[in-house]
Amino acid sequence: MGNNIIVSGSPHVQTEQTTKSMMYHVVIALMPALLLSFYVFGLGAIIVSIVSIVFCIGFEYLIQKFILKVPTTISDGSALLTGVLLALNLPAGFPVWMIIIGALIAIGVAKLSFGGLGNNIFNPALVARVFLLISFPVQMTKWPEAFADRMKLADATTGATPLGFLKEALRGEGSDIRELMKSLPDYTDMFIGFIGGSIGEISAVLLLLGGLYLIWKKIITWHIPVSVLLTVAAFSAVMWLVDPTQYADPLFHLITGGLMLGAFYMATDLVTSPMSPKGQILFGIGIGLLTMLIRYFGAYPEGVSFAILIMNAFVPLIDRFLKVKKFGV
Amino acid sequence: MLKTFPKGGLHVPDNKLSEKEAIQSINLPKTVQIPIAQHIGAPAKIIVERNDKVRTGQVIAKSSGFISANIHSPVTGTVTKIDTFLDSSGYKNPMVSIRVEEDNWIEEVDLSTEVNSEITVSKEEILQRIQNAGIVGLGGATFPSHIKLMVPEHAKAPEILLINGVECEPYLTADHRLMLEKPDEIIIGVQILMKALGVSRAAIGIENNKKDAIKILSERIKNIKGIEIVPLKVKYPQGGEKQLIKAIIKKEVPAGKLPLEVGAVVYNVGTTFAVYEAVQKNKPLIERVVTVTGKSLVKPSNFWVRIGTPIEHLLQAVGGVPENTGKIINGGPMMGKALKDYTVPVTKGTSGILLIPKEKSNRRPMQPCVRCAKCVDVCPMGLEPFLLMALSDNKLVERSKDDNILSCIECGSCSYICPSSRPLLDYIRLGKADVNKFLKSQKDGK
Amino acid sequence: MTDAILYTVGSLSGLGLVSAFVLFVVASKFKVYENPKIGQVEEMLPNSNCGGCGLPGCRPFAEALVEREDISDLFCPVGGNDVMKSISTFLGKDVAEKDPMVAVLRCNGTCEARPKVNTYDGAKSCKISAMTFAGDTGCDFGCDGHGDCVAVCDFDALYMDPVTHLPVVITDNCTACNACVLECPKNLFELRPKKKKDLKIYVACMNEDKAGIARKACSHACIACNKCVDVCPKDAITIENNVAYIHADLCTLCRKCAPVCPTNAIIETGFPPKKEKTEVAPAKVSTIEELKLN
Repeated sequence: MGNNIIVSGSPHVQTEQTTKSMMYHVVIALMPALLLSFYVFGLGAIIVSIVSIVFCIGFEYLIQKFILKVPTTISDGSALLTGVLLALNLPAGFPVWMIIIGALIAIGVAKLSFGGLGNNIFNPALVARVFLLISFPVQMTKWPEAFADRMKLADATTGATPLGFLKEALRGEGSDIRELMKSLPDYTDMFIGFIGGSIGEISAVLLLLGGLYLIWKKIITWHIPVSVLLTVAAFSAVMWLVDPTQYADPLFHLITGGLMLGAFYMATDLVTSPMSPKGQILFGIGIGLLTMLIRYFGAYPEGVSFAILIMNAFVPLIDRFLKVKKFGV
Repeated sequence: MLKTFPKGGLHVPDNKLSEKEAIQSINLPKTVQIPIAQHIGAPAKIIVERNDKVRTGQVIAKSSGFISANIHSPVTGTVTKIDTFLDSSGYKNPMVSIRVEEDNWIEEVDLSTEVNSEITVSKEEILQRIQNAGIVGLGGATFPSHIKLMVPEHAKAPEILLINGVECEPYLTADHRLMLEKPDEIIIGVQILMKALGVSRAAIGIENNKKDAIKILSERIKNIKGIEIVPLKVKYPQGGEKQLIKAIIKKEVPAGKLPLEVGAVVYNVGTTFAVYEAVQKNKPLIERVVTVTGKSLVKPSNFWVRIGTPIEHLLQAVGGVPENTGKIINGGPMMGKALKDYTVPVTKGTSGILLIPKEKSNRRPMQPCVRCAKCVDVCPMGLEPFLLMALSDNKLVERSKDDNILSCIECGSCSYICPSSRPLLDYIRLGKADVNKFLKSQKDGK
Repeated sequence: MTDAILYTVGSLSGLGLVSAFVLFVVASKFKVYENPKIGQVEEMLPNSNCGGCGLPGCRPFAEALVEREDISDLFCPVGGNDVMKSISTFLGKDVAEKDPMVAVLRCNGTCEARPKVNTYDGAKSCKISAMTFAGDTGCDFGCDGHGDCVAVCDFDALYMDPVTHLPVVITDNCTACNACVLECPKNLFELRPKKKKDLKIYVACMNEDKAGIARKACSHACIACNKCVDVCPKDAITIENNVAYIHADLCTLCRKCAPVCPTNAIIETGFPPKKEKTEVAPAKVSTIEELKLN
């Protein structure tokens, strides 16, 4: 018998799902969208992705090993996921040294300085994206055009994203959005992803499929994505009905920009989203409203990342006041 | 739509390996060790001495105090020792050790096998017989059964009797087999309890993965008024008293209150069978059905086991202990207690013995909490296990109390689902103990 | 331009005045008189907030000292007699005088002496382990070795010995705050008089099992053989529940008992080495530093 009988408190069985497997499932769900962007943008997208992933994992290892002197956690997949998400939020052909700064901000500032996985209040990849957007606005909004110069690394032909184009064009007096939209790619191209934009935000359909995979695998619940998308649809529908000359239709807002990426992968980040279903719905509605307010009235054409970061800050408050109802209380 | 409880819960692979195995008798062991504290409440007081001869069914320890139960000798033989031995708590506790000589029952017991369906005894007599027989809740909580029948005068009158045939713990099949093999006795037991409580309605809740049991019992109640069979959706922990009440009569037992508050009284099917035997046959509770199971066993089985039989003896009957056994569990995998070794005796609360192979015995290493809220999702009591763990670890006793830590039913769903493998329930148990200590010290202070 | 400056200055000054008035009213209305002595006494205390006095912290202790008439039952074990004496002169009240105490571990069940019979796989906490079962050795009463006491010690006076898996008290750091005594789920810590040069003799075992079971579980277990009781010239040793106990108030540190103990359950500390070395040699300081680094 000896000491081979193990004793511990109940329960004596565990689910197969681990934090690590959840992280890898999210990465798997993002793969189709990433591969499509390789196809659309070519070498520039591949370089950005590799640099972002390598440096996110590398910084996590170096900081934990030499500065914090704690066991490294690179194998749990969270640094890999941050790397992938950061890459998806950058335009193809983004300068390498800026990606490295972004990776350092994401891992060093947004994640490890808060105490590592589980303790960060803001989504690390988004913090890095917003940092880069504010620090290097020119490079961050230089979107290579779809299918143009796929083998070139620098000086690719660039153009605006659909959202950026509209924002710019609407500044002109008396312009009619319906006329402007004619010069944009059609909705099928936008839906599939044959448009300009960040690496990961172009293909609404693949992101949607990946998101459904996550819901099916029980990595995320439906509450956040559905409430974000519904809010955006409802808000834009109201504005569109009020003045169709100035505001684009709901479908346009749903399939452009980083909305799908944000709703399914960034807002649902386990660490920085609320706990209770009620809280998650409120969180999603907040993101949807803020996104649309920024898109309509803000200085930037796109507002998903700002919206998510702002709502991240409200999570502790939401968790405090919107709890699950206790049994028998 | 099948009924179930709405909040939390999860599906655990049920692994009912022994559900097709009929309950077998097992030969008596050489010695039995009978713990004197097999129930919640005060331990029984030993009334035999060393070298006394005892007969099967004879009282060897008397109930002491309001919440307590009698303990009977499960065999005929000689008391060899009254000492402390290892029990399922992991500690040594007082037990009576008896050398088994034969199986000679006391005269009062009716040993005939035919079903006696005439309920002739009075309400008071039923209560008396259940108390004398030392019946406790056989589902695992081991609360003395007669106390549930003594409704306090100013309390609400019971409206419905609920019988728990859920057996939501994975692996265990003891209640399932009992329902298949003793349906008539169980139905009579239900009628006895209805008479004792003075209620006109009873419902037997059975999870839908036991369709054969639902069918057999449904046939038996055709001509009986007031009893219904309620098939329930398979969901852990439906066998929890409060979850079962919520599932069947849609009422929530208030936190810290008894089921009687919503007019319900709950008995396990095993207990119901024991009630039948005590009232109709005058038989004390000295044996119960025990499932001996585990994926590494050649033949997982169900046995009629005398209380006090060492677990070793049961394992020999299923072909010995497999080489790679890592954990021996008294009960099911979700709520059972891991035992220190094989010498521990079967008690009234032992519904099963589960062996887990070595490679499945260790928990995965603990990772940081990623706030995935899965523990909150699955908690059937609507608690926040991740928060309670942090509060308990930081000794914030009053906050734990305010966050209803005492509502926890220790079902283990949170620890099961945690992707970071955090010992949530370990810490919640500690927190509960601390809160109870705190409440006691406050009460004593005033 | 000047208008803007005037409006700004005017509105800000107005706001400032209003706020100042509100603050003044609140401050004067809700003013609580506090005895200035409390603050002074608090400064004399060690301010470690360990709770060793039985009160939640140094501030409540200072309040109690100032407000209560009779403070003879109040004592700060960390500050000791020196601090209590100075408080006594400051407040003009009599205080109790106590011998300095130190915590000792009443278990010597090293890994070698007490073979493991199980493996524990729950949360790394003695309290949780003790709730789960009696421990992973044959002894129900011994140290679980998960270091709850080390975690609760505010004074760095305890560390886990990596070889024996038992906590070791660093006598110089121990302030007898009682935290480890209350924390240990097996009640293995005891405060004993520190005496001069830290001379102590005590029975390092709490095993209440009968001799055979205890001896089988641990080679250092007290087996209640009565040898020490017989040899003690001052009747300072009694046996209760199968465990010998040396009453510190009667013991004269004559060292007759330790050599007769067949299981080395009696531990002497602080004595110059006589014939044989004591069982738990105080660990080297370097080990502690190393431990802290890791």
